[in-house]
Amino acid sequence: MSAHADTHAHDDDHGHHHKETFVTKYIFSQDHKMIAKQYLITGTIMGVIGVLMSMMFRMQIAWPEQPNVLFEALLGKWAPDGVMDADIYLALVTIHGTIMVFFVLTAGLSGTFSNLLIPLQIGARDMASGFLNMVSYWLFFLSSVIMILSLFLEAGPAAAGWTIYPPLSALPMAQGGSGMGMTMWLVSMAIFIASSLLGSLNYIVTVINLRTKGMSMTRLPLTIWAFFVTAVIGVISFPVLLSAALLLIMDRSFGTSFFLSDIFIQGEVLHYQGGSPVLFEHLFWFLGHPEVYIVLLPALGITSEVIATNSRKPIFGYRAMIASILAIAFLSTIVWGHHMFISGMNPFLGSVFTFTTLLIAIPSAVKAFNYITTLWKGNLQMNPAMLFSIGLVSTFITGGLTGIILGDSALDINVHDTYFVVAHFHLVMGISALYGMFAGIYHWFPKMFGRMLNKNLGYVHFWVTAVCAYGVFFPMHFIGMAGLPRRYYTNSNFPLFDDLANVNVVITIFALIGGVFQIVFLYNFFSSIFYGKKAEQNPWKSNTLEWTTPVKHIHGNWPGEIPHVHRWAYDYSKPGHDNDFVPQNIPLMDGEEELQH
Amino acid sequence: MDLTQGTQEEKNNRAKKMMLWFGIISLVMSFAGWTSAFVVSSSRPDWLKDFVLPNAFIISTVVIVLSSISFLLAKNTLKKGNNSMTTVWLFVTLILGVVFIYNQFSGFQQIIDLGYNFTGPTSNVTMSYIYLIAVVHILHVIVGLICLLVVIYNHFKQKYNATKMLGFELAATFWHFIDILWVYLFLFLYFIR
Repeated sequence: MSAHADTHAHDDDHGHHHKETFVTKYIFSQDHKMIAKQYLITGTIMGVIGVLMSMMFRMQIAWPEQPNVLFEALLGKWAPDGVMDADIYLALVTIHGTIMVFFVLTAGLSGTFSNLLIPLQIGARDMASGFLNMVSYWLFFLSSVIMILSLFLEAGPAAAGWTIYPPLSALPMAQGGSGMGMTMWLVSMAIFIASSLLGSLNYIVTVINLRTKGMSMTRLPLTIWAFFVTAVIGVISFPVLLSAALLLIMDRSFGTSFFLSDIFIQGEVLHYQGGSPVLFEHLFWFLGHPEVYIVLLPALGITSEVIATNSRKPIFGYRAMIASILAIAFLSTIVWGHHMFISGMNPFLGSVFTFTTLLIAIPSAVKAFNYITTLWKGNLQMNPAMLFSIGLVSTFITGGLTGIILGDSALDINVHDTYFVVAHFHLVMGISALYGMFAGIYHWFPKMFGRMLNKNLGYVHFWVTAVCAYGVFFPMHFIGMAGLPRRYYTNSNFPLFDDLANVNVVITIFALIGGVFQIVFLYNFFSSIFYGKKAEQNPWKSNTLEWTTPVKHIHGNWPGEIPHVHRWAYDYSKPGHDNDFVPQNIPLMDGEEELQH
Repeated sequence: MDLTQGTQEEKNNRAKKMMLWFGIISLVMSFAGWTSAFVVSSSRPDWLKDFVLPNAFIISTVVIVLSSISFLLAKNTLKKGNNSMTTVWLFVTLILGVVFIYNQFSGFQQIIDLGYNFTGPTSNVTMSYIYLIAVVHILHVIVGLICLLVVIYNHFKQKYNATKMLGFELAATFWHFIDILWVYLFLFLYFIR
């Protein structure tokens, strides 16, 4: 137990500092604000790699088996004469999915904003255990490094899809990436899960225990509610993936038959018998579906905060928002079967999963409705953070609607494993969560780095991204309905799909423009860290506690006593006040009623 | 109880205890994963319907329950300020923990004597599950033993007393969890087939 070792690390007395060296301040830092920045920058780098991969395999789909200088430069031996190899295509799809889902939208999003905002918004000096928080980041870093290193293996990285279904993932001789590539994938993910669990435990107990005086659960900003529930889902679902991974490792390396049954490979009979990959699918999706909400909920929380602040209005239906977060979290753990409608599942069981899945539409609709009613007749401040938040509401609705189709077993069977599914989940969780992350970065950049991002570059970034995101994923619905399967290296061998070739070219052009334009964001981000306009203390005139801390970061967050909280976080444009915002630490005036919806 | 009240130290101690509890929830979920995989797999054609758990597992169940009781006694004597008895009970717990692990391995030997290895042509998936679940549990017991050694070391350094025993309590909670977990696993493997 390391617990007693660090109980004294964070006590009341933060007036005098331990002497900080470069290493303890920037590398092995235990300060939540620095750890948040580390997560953000690592996540950004992983994001660049993931997006580059998607641009490459999109080019292969649009111009199948055409030589390309980019392939030759980036893929080396995997692109003889510049033509992409089919094996590396599968690997790129696999690693793109893994990196975007786990490394960017789980660790990059939750890791950054939970770490930054939980202590600042609830009024705490730091996380409950700064040490475990540091360990959590470095485990994440280690798992990222292993995942990246696996790209350089001679036989290629894992190529069984990000869902790593056996037998492709369980038989090292199944394909190039099933050997060392898959092993490194599993090792990397095991470390990632440990990192994510340590982070989540910290977030949960910090929110429950370290709130400042007056910060009751019903006065918490919705960001904190979202991060809190996200962490709870993570603690419940990630261990099950670890269980599945251990059984898979036993099958791979020790010859057990948990997931494998009678199988031939290259004419050779293997000794496995009796197992079923469907068991793996159940265990995987018990994590896999909650994972969608681990990705999405923080983005929804950020959006709630950004939309309320920039509409200068209280969030509509605060308690309904909390209830819908809790309902989504609960339902997310009992819907995993909708990923497996064609796995030979009993049709009755399928209809049960259809029912629970469609129930999620209710809390989701509550959220979408509340966002729109918060915007309604607000004094809208159209800064980039606000635009990305509104963009999230848009993609959340568009992607959510197709979710109703896919959640229904009778309809899903027809479009299963087509581009329709790809379009659905990219819009509803990929793009939505990415927009939430961008909104968070534009909104809290001044808090993180003490400088402002360039607004005009932000507008360019948003509009090009928004047009390109729809340009990529909207047509995908149609080619999906036309039957085009996902993950195929090329469709040119199927005359059936010839008519769709041009649509794929259009999609790829949008993907390339959208991908390249992220450079605008990267430039804005990295140059503003050093040369951006200096931020004032509360640039968005927001109510939450993080804006009461000094611009320059100090260990322990507040120089004196931690402010006490007297009201909820959404007193915007409240009648009877001079300003259109009343921060949470301002006591109620005589005869003022506390607002809460 | 209003959790926003209290000094920083009280809040932090409460947070540490709660962190362990949520950690235990996540460990419970991983074992829920394995035991539900066990239930799902029991419909396989090659499932052993009539397997018998080795006798050693029954002994080790008794041993680990006893070790939990001795840890409890250690805590009670510490609260009363009887430090030398605490030392005795801590060592009893340590020994029982080691005996438990030894017993588990003799259980594996009994399964091997029945003709079932963990893997390969002489294996059976039912027994593979039992090996796997028991070994993963042993790994948790080893973590518990390491915590126990730290507690014993700190106890010799006189670090705990009736008012200041956070580390002691954390180790005790984890040890009781391992105990209850094994009792659950034993009953599960005994009755579900």
